[in-house]
Amino acid sequence: MSKTPVEHVHARLDHDEDLSLLNEVSMKTAGVSRLEMCIQCGSCGGSCPSEMDMDHTPRTLFAMLRAGMREEALLSNTPWICVSCYHCVVRCPQNVHITDVMYTLKGMAIREKKYRDSTAPDFSETFVDMVEKYGRSYEFGLATRHYLKHSPLRMIRTAAMGLDMLKKGRLSMKPTTIEGMDQLTAILNKAKEMELAHE
Amino acid sequence: MSDYIFYPGCAMESNAKAYYDSLMEIAQPLGINLQEIDDWNCCGATEYVGINLIPAYSLIARNLALAAKMGRKTIISPCSACYLNLAKADYYMAERPSLGEKVNEALAAGDLQYTPGSLDIRHLLDVLINDIGLDKLKEKVVRPLKGLKVAPYMGCMVPRPDYNNRWSDAEHPTELFDVLKAIGAEVVDFPGAATCCGGHMTQIGPETAYELIRRLISSAEKSKADIMVTVCPMCQLNVDAYQGETNSHFGTNYNMPIVFFSQLVGLALGFPPEKLGFGSEVTSTEKALAQIGVDIPESAIAEGKNASRKDFPCRFACEKQPRRKARPQRRQKHE
Ligand code: SF4
Ligand code: SF4
Repeated sequence: MSKTPVEHVHARLDHDEDLSLLNEVSMKTAGVSRLEMCIQCGSCGGSCPSEMDMDHTPRTLFAMLRAGMREEALLSNTPWICVSCYHCVVRCPQNVHITDVMYTLKGMAIREKKYRDSTAPDFSETFVDMVEKYGRSYEFGLATRHYLKHSPLRMIRTAAMGLDMLKKGRLSMKPTTIEGMDQLTAILNKAKEMELAHE
Repeated sequence: MSDYIFYPGCAMESNAKAYYDSLMEIAQPLGINLQEIDDWNCCGATEYVGINLIPAYSLIARNLALAAKMGRKTIISPCSACYLNLAKADYYMAERPSLGEKVNEALAAGDLQYTPGSLDIRHLLDVLINDIGLDKLKEKVVRPLKGLKVAPYMGCMVPRPDYNNRWSDAEHPTELFDVLKAIGAEVVDFPGAATCCGGHMTQIGPETAYELIRRLISSAEKSKADIMVTVCPMCQLNVDAYQGETNSHFGTNYNMPIVFFSQLVGLALGFPPEKLGFGSEVTSTEKALAQIGVDIPESAIAEGKNASRKDFPCRFACEKQPRRKARPQRRQKHE
C-alpha cells in the first residue's frame, strides 16, 4: 500500500532529518519564528477555519519543512488558503509565528515559481504594484485588473455590486497618490536591495 | 480632549467611508482629538508581507516614522488589518533587532527613522473603552438603542495575536459587547464574534471566503440578530457586499445588514443616520433601524447613496448563475 503524505513525511523525518530548509524559512520570517520549537501537536490545524480547503494542515507543512521537503512544501496550497486569522497562533503552545511563516512560504514560492494556481500570487503582485505606484491601495484598479486576467466571468457577475458601490461613493475611479512618492520609492528600493543581499 | 495620531488606512477613503464619517461625528463629543498622519501610505494589508519581507516592513514603518515626529504618543487605527500591521512591525522590529536595523537603513534612504517602542499603537475600540471609558459613553447617550438585537462581530485581527496584551480574550473578546450594551442595544449571543470573514480570499479563493461568510451570517441569524456590527472595513465589505455572491453560491437567502460600531454609537449619541453613512451599505439596514424608530431619509437614498441593484442589466446574468445548494462533502483530511 502506498504511504499517506503524513507517513511519507514521518518516514523522511526518521531517516534523514535536514534542518536547512527549516532554518532558511525561519531566517526569512519576520520576528523570531520559533519554528524549530514545533512539537507537532496539531493545535494549529485543529483551530484553522479554512483547513478544509488546504492540501496540508499547518502541522504537516511544518513537518515537511523539518524533513527538508522543499519542493512539496513550496507547492502546497496551504499558505495561499491561509486567511491570516491568527487562530493557530494564539493556540500554539510553542508560540510559533505560524501566520508569518505562511507569508514567508508564499514569498519563497513566488520567487521560485512554485505554485500550481497563479491567481493568488498574481493578486499579491498586483496589489504590491499598485502600492508601489501610488502609495495607497486602489481597490477599483486592483479588482478590475485581477478579474480581467483571471475571471472575466466573475467580473460580469459582480458588475452590479461594483456599480452599486460606485454609486454609493464606496469605490473611487481614480487612485489617490501620496505626495512623498519619491521618498517611498527610495525607501522601498533600498529595502529591496537588502532583501536580495539577505537571500 | 485627548490627543491622538490618526492613521485612517486606505479603506477609510473608499469602501469604508461610513466608518470614517461616523468616527468624525462621534470623536468630538467623546473628546477624541484626531490628527491625521501627514502623507501616510498603505500598510500593505496581508499582501505585501507575502512578497518581500524588508520592503513590507519598511512600507509600514514609514508611517510609524512619520507619526513619531508628531509629538503625540498614541496612534489610533480603526482598521483591523492596519492596526495589526502597525503593531506587528513595532513588535517584530524590537523582537528581531536585525530586522529593525535593516528597516531603519531603508528608512534612512528617505531621511526617516523609527525606534521600536516609541509609539503606542491602538485600535479605536480599545481607545473608546480604556481611555474614554464606558461611563463617559453612557453619559452621552441620548437615544438608547433599545430593542435592537445586535451581533457583536469583532473579527480576528483585533483580538489576535495581541502582542501587547490589550484585549480581554483572544478567542472570546468582550469589548464590543460592552460598548453595545452601554449604548442600550440588546446584544445577542453570537458564537462567530471572533472568527474570520475570509479577508482577501473573496478575491483569490472565493469558495473558501463564501464558506466563512456563510458561517458568520448563519450564526448571526440563528442568534436572532437584526444587524451585525463590525470594527473592520474588510469584515464590513465581505459580509455586506459579498453577501449576494454568497447567497448565489449556496442558494441561500440571507439578508443580514452589517454596519460599523461607530455608526451605532453615533445613533445613540443622537446624530442623524445620514451623517453616519447609513444608506451606503449594500445589504439594507432600513428594516433593522426601523426597530428603533430610525428612518434613513429619502435624501440619502435619492443622492444615489442607496441605488437599487435592479437598475443594472447584469442583474439578469447574476441570476442565471447555477446555484450550489450546500457545501460539498468535506474533503478527506490527510490526518
Ligand atoms: S500548534 Fe504550534 S507546536 Fe502545535 S503543531 Fe502547530 S506549530 Fe507546532
Ligand atoms: S492564520 Fe492561517 S493557518 Fe492559522 S488558523 Fe488562520 S487560516 Fe489557519
